[in-house]
Amino acid sequence: MAGRTMVLWCPDWAVTAGMLELADTGAWTGAEPGVDAAAPAVVLANNVVTVCNAAARSEGVRRGQRRRDAQARCPEVMLLAANPDRDARWFEPVLAAVEAVRPGVAPLRPGLLAVPAPGRYFARRGLDGEEAAAAVLAERLVQEGVWDSRFGAADDLYTAERAARQASPQACLSIAAGGSAEFLRGLPVTVLADDGPEGAELAGLLRRLGLALLADFARLGAGEVANRFGSYGADVWRRVQGREATRLAPRTPPPELACAISFEPPLESAEAVTFSVRTTAERFVAGLADRQLVATSVRIEAEFEEGVSTRTWLHPRCFTSRDLVDRVHWQLQAGMASSGLRSRKSVGETISSAVTVVRFLPDVVEPAGDHADGLWGGGAEEQVVRGVARVQAMVGYDAVRVPVLQGGRGAADRQALVPWGERPVGLRPVDRPWPGRIPGPAPSRVFATPLEAEVVDEASVPVAVTPRGLVTGEPWRIRIGRHWCPVASWAGPWPVDEGWWLASSGAAGPAQGLTARFQVVGVDGRAWLLRWHAPARWEVEAAYD
Amino acid sequence: MSQPAVIDQLRGRIAALEGGPTRLFVPVLPMLAGLVQLRTGGVYGVDSATLGMTLAAGASQAGEWVGFAGWDDFGAEAAQQRGIVLGRTVLVPAPGEHWLEVTAALVDVLRVVVLRPPGGVDPKSAALLEARLRARSAVLVVQGEWPRCEARISAEEVAWAGLDQGRGRLRERRATLVARGGGRMPARAEVVLD
Repeated sequence: MAGRTMVLWCPDWAVTAGMLELADTGAWTGAEPGVDAAAPAVVLANNVVTVCNAAARSEGVRRGQRRRDAQARCPEVMLLAANPDRDARWFEPVLAAVEAVRPGVAPLRPGLLAVPAPGRYFARRGLDGEEAAAAVLAERLVQEGVWDSRFGAADDLYTAERAARQASPQACLSIAAGGSAEFLRGLPVTVLADDGPEGAELAGLLRRLGLALLADFARLGAGEVANRFGSYGADVWRRVQGREATRLAPRTPPPELACAISFEPPLESAEAVTFSVRTTAERFVAGLADRQLVATSVRIEAEFEEGVSTRTWLHPRCFTSRDLVDRVHWQLQAGMASSGLRSRKSVGETISSAVTVVRFLPDVVEPAGDHADGLWGGGAEEQVVRGVARVQAMVGYDAVRVPVLQGGRGAADRQALVPWGERPVGLRPVDRPWPGRIPGPAPSRVFATPLEAEVVDEASVPVAVTPRGLVTGEPWRIRIGRHWCPVASWAGPWPVDEGWWLASSGAAGPAQGLTARFQVVGVDGRAWLLRWHAPARWEVEAAYD
Repeated sequence: MSQPAVIDQLRGRIAALEGGPTRLFVPVLPMLAGLVQLRTGGVYGVDSATLGMTLAAGASQAGEWVGFAGWDDFGAEAAQQRGIVLGRTVLVPAPGEHWLEVTAALVDVLRVVVLRPPGGVDPKSAALLEARLRARSAVLVVQGEWPRCEARISAEEVAWAGLDQGRGRLRERRATLVARGGGRMPARAEVVLD
């Protein structure tokens, strides 16, 4: 018979993770995470409560409630947005903490993990081995800021999970060997709801059939269950019969791929650091290569005597040691006053504070095979990547860009210039309708900072737009830069009503207030996209040059 | 492409395989055919952003990498509509005082570089860059002043359609493209630019 299994359950993990993150980023003013974790909090997805903690539940907040219902019941409830990534991310330290005590951890989902139950080595006077182990783990978790953890131990995984859900906070419910089926049969059918929508459906069905306990379900015949309750129902049925034993799939702790180098004495110039990290970068890339991996996103941490600089760098293909050395250089340069355009002569500049440690941490690694060169060699692409990296070394990281399209309404909103060597992130999707965008051919020149302009009518009176969206006069002449040009034809005004909700927050940008767009063609054949701002300011957003 | 042009191109390729820089043809959009032939090592002048993009678009569509230097107002959507593949485009919006070095480094690896020089260009720098172009088999398109060009392409008699007094929107631009230079008669072509 296989060893026993212990399951650790952290109730309402999504709430705990959200609070841990708030405490970590300092966005939350709570004095101590453990103390304020008793405050009511819920996690919302699509304005519906998906998870609520015990404090919120005691106020009458329930899963599935709408946001305003939850707030009506408990006005001070803390609202957290659902974020599965965050849940998983914050569960990682818990896994590591448990792993430090008991190897062979199998994460089931965020908030739920299983370990092989420890044997007699943990036994202490007056305590069973499993309860002692649970107490040790609970203590470790409290150090991680996780106050509510419950343990269950049983012969198989499913029973252990059920037991953990029945346990009181920081306690362990241990089901004696061979007693799994008996324990499960004593549970009400409503516990199945914890298994997800399928479980909730089955629990509801069984209740309506008048079956209150899982023992009642167990009494049904095998054929009836298989015919009527689907594979999930049959699964549950086999478990309450004590016939199904789920085994653990323990995880292998991730290999240590990060590389660091410390400088003693600390180095004062960016060039000295760049030179010294070369072998570390090679070791980092080689360490990944040993496991047939390449990094496409790397976090570089540089510790100064005062402070730390951290930055995540993305690579369109994969990082070579030379790319990493370049990134270290740019990162150190970025902290300096002359971080803009840089000539080749400016080498050997000192940085504001001496560097003590540089660390490379892999953020995203991918199988090396996906990035391998063809048998015929790297080809032209490789050459371009090298050559453009040289330009970047000349004028600075941010000065070389790759244009990409994104969704948006204004001409400038519809594009983004991504630094060469970085993957575009956070772009608006192009394939949405974007009503209100400028029709017709796209302007060939889009000004990052709009040019100043002047538009007057026949009597040289500046043209304006009334609150009702009508022009006060016909555009007759237009001035862009210093030259006046008569208008051949024009269209507009197309009133722009966007970002008005930002105006009250004090962030006065160019998008606020009453504005309107015009297209104007001069007699010289040049066409412009103009924008008028109330009360009397004209600017050129783009040109059809 | 006509038969003599194909033969010319094949000869160029053979010469390139034998070593030594030769002047290869760089593909251009069909609407420029008969007006201008881009050849590696050449400098071509244009008078507008649209024409700069149009000249680079042929090479970009043929799978080459292109670059734009000194374009701090690059209209990415317009470039794509003209046939430039943005994924193979390098943009140096403001090279500043290093424009010559940057352009030289770009022509090393890109087939077509469209440059907006910041101001006057002295003949010596221009000659240095032209030598680099021939050695690297690249094409330079200049929007602005340049001492000596193979050809200058300009848009004349530009007419926009679709716009009325206060109504409509820009729909179509027709223009007569004129290519001057090379000691030949100016070539003209009526095209729809947008």
